[in-house]
Amino acid sequence: MRVNTAVIKTIHFSLHLITLIWLTWVFYAGFTAQLPGDPVQYLLDFTGIGALNLLVASLVVSLVAQHLKFAQVMVFRRPLGVYSAVYVLAHFIVFIAFELQFEFRLIAAEIIERPYITVGFTGFIILSSLALTSFPYIKRKMGKSWQKLHNLTYLAVILGCIHYLWLVKSSWIEPAIYIAIVLSLIIMKRKKIKNIFN
Amino acid sequence: MIFKFRKKHDLTESDVTDEKVYLQRREILKKLGYIGAGSLLAGNAFNANAGPFDWFSSDDDPVFKTSPLSFKKSGPDSQILTPEERATSYNNFYEFGTGKGDPVKRAQGFKVDPWSLTVDGLVNKPQKLNLEDLYSRFDLEERIYRLRCVEAWSMVIPWVGFSLADLIKQADPLSSAKYVAFQTLYDPKQMPGQRSRFTGGGVDYPYVEGLRIDEAMQQLSLLSVGMYGKTLPAQNGAPIRLVVPWKYGFKSIKSIVKITLTDKQPPTTWNILAPNEYGFYANINPKVDHPRWSQARERRITGGGLLAQDRIDTLPFNGYDEVAPLYAGMNLRKYY
Repeated sequence: MRVNTAVIKTIHFSLHLITLIWLTWVFYAGFTAQLPGDPVQYLLDFTGIGALNLLVASLVVSLVAQHLKFAQVMVFRRPLGVYSAVYVLAHFIVFIAFELQFEFRLIAAEIIERPYITVGFTGFIILSSLALTSFPYIKRKMGKSWQKLHNLTYLAVILGCIHYLWLVKSSWIEPAIYIAIVLSLIIMKRKKIKNIFN
Repeated sequence: MIFKFRKKHDLTESDVTDEKVYLQRREILKKLGYIGAGSLLAGNAFNANAGPFDWFSSDDDPVFKTSPLSFKKSGPDSQILTPEERATSYNNFYEFGTGKGDPVKRAQGFKVDPWSLTVDGLVNKPQKLNLEDLYSRFDLEERIYRLRCVEAWSMVIPWVGFSLADLIKQADPLSSAKYVAFQTLYDPKQMPGQRSRFTGGGVDYPYVEGLRIDEAMQQLSLLSVGMYGKTLPAQNGAPIRLVVPWKYGFKSIKSIVKITLTDKQPPTTWNILAPNEYGFYANINPKVDHPRWSQARERRITGGGLLAQDRIDTLPFNGYDEVAPLYAGMNLRKYY
């Protein structure tokens, strides 16, 4: 499958535009008291779910490229992954700055003692290191170890799902849907994932 | 000599309602129910229907109508109230969905007329109150209470209502009555969360709660029929809900249809769902953490944006020390 390069470029550009404007808009609304209910919870939910959606989308890209023989979509993978990391960073900042308001002892204690936060924090560290090494120059420098590091995406998405599942009070169905989607993605990609361990 | 201390919410002769006011209450009832109009959507920036990504909200949606109440105003209070827009758009009412913004969106068509609240069980005089009785049988008063959610956020809300004890006294409980059980309306047609486990968060409905009888008779225990001077919005538990300010918010059951006095500790919804996380007592206690998060501090939801959010220490019994004697000698770690 092949489409006009202009179409790919437009989608690529819109992807940058939508993810950035949406994130900026929600933070702006938060600072100016325009979000409904509890603005902190709103931002946590928005950035958390947003990050998970973007990460899952980045995993879908290579499947689409492979099964539809549609290699052009591969250019979307990097921005999706990087924006997922940006949203997770925003999520983490909201948590320490607005939820815990820089009470550093509490922040450390929560990360260590609360399993769902430990898991989420690990995912944050993974995604940050992937985003930082996503530049073409660094990718070249890293050679084979780059792919090894970036295979951690799978771990990150699983940790994201567990984080979600463990934080809900009783409505586990939504996180369960994410888990089902991620598991099916992993099954579809099993050959590639097997290679990680070889 | 015996001193009787008058609490802020105790009533005196001068508080007796004027007949004019009494009759005025009947007017409220005519205004209750819901109207189909977009009028209330306009001019309210906080309305959940005007959220940044709800592009498809319709002007034809029904809007739940609230009406002004007549009541004895609360005395001066130095606490900063949570703005009405926030207290009425950020709700845990799983009958209308598990998202905090779901109830305000989905409960607008909720019908409270006719309503029936029964008081039965181990009582000499079972009671049955219709919608009008909720506003007229007792003198209404305003009480400004802190509401602390088990999720570690809190609000300050001016409720309007009457003491639960007043209603229980009318029912004349038998001496064998040791507990009070509460039940929310079960009406899957009106409550989408009761129709589907997905929307309702896996709760086995109807929602049930309970108190020990001495807790129920504590003057602080309020049956609320209004907030911010008006009848309760649907998403806050119209037409009548419990408010027990020294316990986590989930104890304050909404849209009550049945109050039953029993001799056994009644089952309670969140305790059934996760017994290791939510106990029967659920007294606010900064020293006893939720298994998954700390209860030592709380975030007070105020009017401003992100920078105006206050983090404060959570106080034992939410600062309502007068209830401490109810639990004298009890291990509050064991009975959480």
